[in-house]
Order: sequence, then C-alpha cells, then structure tokens
Amino acid sequence: MSRTTLDLWVGFFVALGFAALVFLAVKVGSYSDVSGGPTYAVEAAFDNIGGLKARAPVKSAGVVVGRVGGIRFDSHSYRAIVRLDLDGRYPFPADTSASILTSGLLGEQYIGLDPGAETENLKNGDTLQITQSAVVLEKLIGQFLFNKAAETPASPQ
Amino acid sequence: MNALTAILRKLGALAVDGLWRAGFMARFFLAVLRYSGQSFRRLPLTLREIYFSGVLSLLIILVSGLFVGLVLGLQGYDILQRFGSSDALGIMVALSLLRELGPVVAGLLFASRAGSAVTAEIGLMKTTEQLQAMDMMAVNPIARVVAPRFWGGVISMPLLAAMFSAMGIFGGWLIGVVAIGVDDGAFWSQMRASVDFRHDVLNGVIKSIVFGIAVSLIAVFEGYDCQPTAEGVSRAITRTVVSSALAILALDFVLTSFMFRGL
Repeated sequence: MSRTTLDLWVGFFVALGFAALVFLAVKVGSYSDVSGGPTYAVEAAFDNIGGLKARAPVKSAGVVVGRVGGIRFDSHSYRAIVRLDLDGRYPFPADTSASILTSGLLGEQYIGLDPGAETENLKNGDTLQITQSAVVLEKLIGQFLFNKAAETPASPQ
Repeated sequence: MNALTAILRKLGALAVDGLWRAGFMARFFLAVLRYSGQSFRRLPLTLREIYFSGVLSLLIILVSGLFVGLVLGLQGYDILQRFGSSDALGIMVALSLLRELGPVVAGLLFASRAGSAVTAEIGLMKTTEQLQAMDMMAVNPIARVVAPRFWGGVISMPLLAAMFSAMGIFGGWLIGVVAIGVDDGAFWSQMRASVDFRHDVLNGVIKSIVFGIAVSLIAVFEGYDCQPTAEGVSRAITRTVVSSALAILALDFVLTSFMFRGL
C-alpha cells in the first residue's frame, strides 16, 4: 500500500474517532451546570435528612444552583449539618430557607431553596436559619392511621 | 510426606515462575517506553500500525456496536415499559454503552482482532530470526518493531471504543424511536439530562485507554516472549486472547469501583 493511501485511511480513522467523541460529548452528554466555576459554601442544620446524599442537587425555582458538598452529624445538637456548595453566579438573600424535597414519588431527594426578602446576601460560611426536614413516609402513614383510628366512633355496645 | 513436598515444590515453582514473568513484563514495558521516542521519530511506522490495528478493525467494531445497540434498545424497552418509563430508554442505552459495554466489548473485540495479529506477527518474526537479524544490524527490534505496534494499539483503542458507543446509541435510537415509536425528543433530552460529560463520557474514555495499554502490552509481550516454534507461536496467540480478556474484565472491575462508587 502506498504511503498516501495509508495516510488517508489513518486520517479518516482518527477523524471518525474524534467525530464519535464529539458526538458523545455534545449530543449525548452534557456538562453539569455547577462545576469548575467559583462556589460558596453555606451550612444548614436539619432534624432529619431522610435519604439525602452528598452530590445531590440544590435547586431554586427548579433550576440547579449548587450541589450538596457534605453531610455530617452534630453530636451537640443531634442534628444533621449539610454543607451546600452554591454556584458563585447566584447570590441568595441571607434569610433564604432550605427544605428537603423529593422529585417525583420515588425520585431522588434534593434541597430546595426559597429566597427570603433580606437585602443582604449569603456569604461563604454562613448558616441557613430556616430549614424544613425531609418528609419520612413511614411517619406520615403512621400519623394518618393514628388520626383515622381517633376519628372512628366507638362501636355501640 | 513425599507427595506433600512435591505439591509444595510445584506451588513454589509456580509462584517463582509467575513472579519472574511479571518482572520480565514490567522491564519489557519500561524498555518499550524508553524506546518509544526513537520509534516516534519515524512516525510512518506507527501510522502503519494504526492502519493495521485500528482502521482494519473499524468494520467489526461498527457492526458489533450497532447490534449491541439494537439489542439494548429491545431489551431496555421491554424492561422499562413495565414501569411505564419507556421514555428513559435513551438514558439506559447511553449509560450502559458509555460506562461499560463500549470500552469492555470494544476491548475484547480489539484483543481478538488486532492483539492476536500483533502477537502472531512478532512471534513469527522471532521464529524466523528476523528480530536477531535486526539486532545484528544494530537496529533495536524494540524501537523498530515492538514500540510502534504498542502505540498503534494504545492510540486506536479509545477511538474504536468511542465509535462503538456512538454506533450503539444510534442502534438504540433506531430500535427505540424509529421501530418502536418512543418519543424522539424524550429519548435525546432525557439522555442529555442524565449523562454527564465528565462522570460518564470521560470515565469511559479513561477505561478504554487503560484497556488499550493492557491489551497492547500483552500482545507485544506474548509475541516477543514466545517459544520460537510453530507451536509456540500458536500458544502465544491463545495466551494473548485469554489474558487480554481476563485483564480487561478484572481492570474493568477495579476502575468501576473507583469511578462509580455511588457518591
């Protein structure tokens, strides 16, 4: 095989390989929104985080604005301390509240941020004051059954 | 008592042999890396090997990728529609191809298509004393013969794995969207929403590079190390295919447990 045909085939092969990679990068995959850029960390204490995991999304108005950076247990207050790494492009008021929500009935858990009305913004290392814990389905069902039992009138003797 | 010492001796010989071979392989790998510079200065040698192990493997890789994608489309639809989530077909096809099937199956095909050919070529060169002849003429056979074949494989493998995955996703799309009638928009948008470039695509590429290094090293080593007889060459080819397959699957487990530990 002559040198030029060989070069042509190898060039074609390499171009096809890179075209496949570009296809995978552009059409199939997407860059996670929050990565690389500057972030600031805030903490939030929850009574119960349910099934929340590190790297879970933090959303506000449905848009991903950060990730859960880490979860630890505070042995003084017996609460879970969740560190949120928020995207530096999105400032939030200092009285923003955080709640643990579930996407869909069986979906993964994420943190929803509801912005407050304060004029000052959250800074790196701040703590969110208003939090709402995860809804634990078993507790909810237990409460429902308990209420139901209380409602039922005593059967006539 | 005698039987026991015989068994122990056999075990010892096995361990020493294995250790010796591993050490020889590591030194061989270092030698290949050391003479890579010399072989890259004569680039046509490496280009020729990319042609033989990469371009000529295109057909088998593309066709197998298409069929794997078609099967994934059918099986994925069958499972997902039980849960009423057939829109997630794109996610399933893309993730299973990018993370596992692309690098692993492409690696296995590459080992049997290209790795065995490289072993046969080098083994036959050794049997016909071409390698010694080169040494006599002060041409380093590792720089002239081994290193170009090694790098040809290392460069071809990630490209082939990427093409395999792309072709497989196309196959899954053919079955899911064209044949069965999953919504086209949902197929692509759900796929894009849950496939992360760094976490899924890049990790798959890293896997394929590691498999490329492993398969190419095993192929050139077995060829270089073979008994210089007809039987020795055939045994070396068998060993290439078997140990490449084992190396790919074992390395895949190790890499997966580092990359996707569910964090």
